[in-house]
Amino acid sequence: MEQVIKTVFPIVVLFAGATVAFGAVMGVVAYTVLAERKVLGWLQGRIGPNRVGPWGVLQPFADLFKFIFKEDIAPDKSTKFVYYLAPIVAVTAALIPMVVYPFGPPIISVDWSFLPFGLGEGISRLPLVLAQIDVGVLFVLGVTSVGVYGIALAGWSSNSKYSLMGGLRSSAQMISYELAMGASVLGVVMLSGSLNLSDIICAQIYSPYKWFIIPQFIGFLVFLISAFAETNRVPFDLPEAETELVAGFHTEYSALKFALFFMAEYVNMFTVSVMCVTLFLGGWYVPGLSHIFQFGTIPYALISVGAFFLKIFLFLFLYIWIRGTLPRFRFDQLMSFGWKFLLPVAIANVILTIVAIWAWNVMGWSQAVPCSN
Amino acid sequence: MNGFNLMDYAPILVMFIVAFGFAASQVVVTQLIGPKKKTATKLMPYECGKDPVGSARDRFSIKFYNVAVVFLLFDIEVLFMVPFAVAFKALFKENVTYGTIAFVEIIVFIATLVIGLIYAWKKGTFDWNVQARAEAKAEAKALKEKKLQRVEELKRGEIKIAA
Repeated sequence: MEQVIKTVFPIVVLFAGATVAFGAVMGVVAYTVLAERKVLGWLQGRIGPNRVGPWGVLQPFADLFKFIFKEDIAPDKSTKFVYYLAPIVAVTAALIPMVVYPFGPPIISVDWSFLPFGLGEGISRLPLVLAQIDVGVLFVLGVTSVGVYGIALAGWSSNSKYSLMGGLRSSAQMISYELAMGASVLGVVMLSGSLNLSDIICAQIYSPYKWFIIPQFIGFLVFLISAFAETNRVPFDLPEAETELVAGFHTEYSALKFALFFMAEYVNMFTVSVMCVTLFLGGWYVPGLSHIFQFGTIPYALISVGAFFLKIFLFLFLYIWIRGTLPRFRFDQLMSFGWKFLLPVAIANVILTIVAIWAWNVMGWSQAVPCSN
Repeated sequence: MNGFNLMDYAPILVMFIVAFGFAASQVVVTQLIGPKKKTATKLMPYECGKDPVGSARDRFSIKFYNVAVVFLLFDIEVLFMVPFAVAFKALFKENVTYGTIAFVEIIVFIATLVIGLIYAWKKGTFDWNVQARAEAKAEAKALKEKKLQRVEELKRGEIKIAA
């Protein structure tokens, strides 16, 4: 019996952790949608949703119930299996990167021996990350680009002209900006010498600049711009350009299947915000906090998690702000901007970083960083 | 850093189960709840309220294919740079000479990549609809000239506007 509990316990903990992370991200996503409608309203001199609950705080739930009670339509000429699979692929690919988000510093001050059956034995630290894998950055880039399949398949399987055009445009756009994004991350990887997101935060803490946005400012800008393109947001929202493509790849989707695409878009926004914060803005690190609370205690972790989410909210606000401000690109402008400007700039940034690191090391100015798990 | 441990990757499987289960349940739930009043018109692909003309499984621009092929090449090249990026500083820690050798080699590698980029650029892979846009520009120019000519004629009083 005890043996069974000991075997099952880690799996239960993993599922609980995954569910908590899932719930947190979904909550943020639901309220990002509301915040977007509110802020867009204010930017346009309107008040935004204010009927459901005080200040409209229950609006996301009202929307959810409306989605649930709508009719689910599959066009008779669509390829049914692919048509149903596409939103599942989009959402799954958007949610899986959650396992490597470093939500906060590990908690090492708690004594877990109070747990029954000796479950707390040998557990000294509780990391606020689901998976400490050494390929974190590559994993996020790789899995999020599987989301392209969701969109391309949705566009193709609907058998509608608008959907097909939206899907094609979206695939071309996402793969084009993927390159610039991958290249802009290389600078950070070189500076920290690791692909593990927790190690990258650690490397920032011990580096003289604290935030990698300072030595990697060009990389940050390229990453930010390609993040907007990757998530199909204004000014890169050509896949769903309402004025010409009705709703792009999800024209034929209704009810919860449409809601899934909607969710996938906002979860992807959250993911790239997490990446921006972790790679360039020091993640959960709050300078000087270790003078007040000891590293590894619960208050330290809570404040760090708060700081992490605050930085993410800044990026989410930036998304909404830009949506309220900028017009849309034309498709040829989008492609030439990605390939003829962003990619060369990203490669130039990589070369610059390589030369700088080489010069620093030849001169003997660089110091070792004590980061690794 | 302590070698490869498959259990480190177990959370990914767990997350996949949670995410896929969530998404699939949504698709099933939306099938069960909600009205089911299908009509022939409702099941048509949307085309601004008109009956759809032809099929959407039509041919599309070769440009999309070209971009995908070029993307594959460059994405692999960027991926080749990732192991280098991880190891670069560690090489210097080992020995400055190793680092310098890696430095020279990666510069040569990036130079090849840049030459490839310039080649694709000159071949016009990234130029979208050059011909169509040139035609549209010529048309707009002709229209503008015609308009200017008409304004000139009006000024000179050669033609009169019917009231």
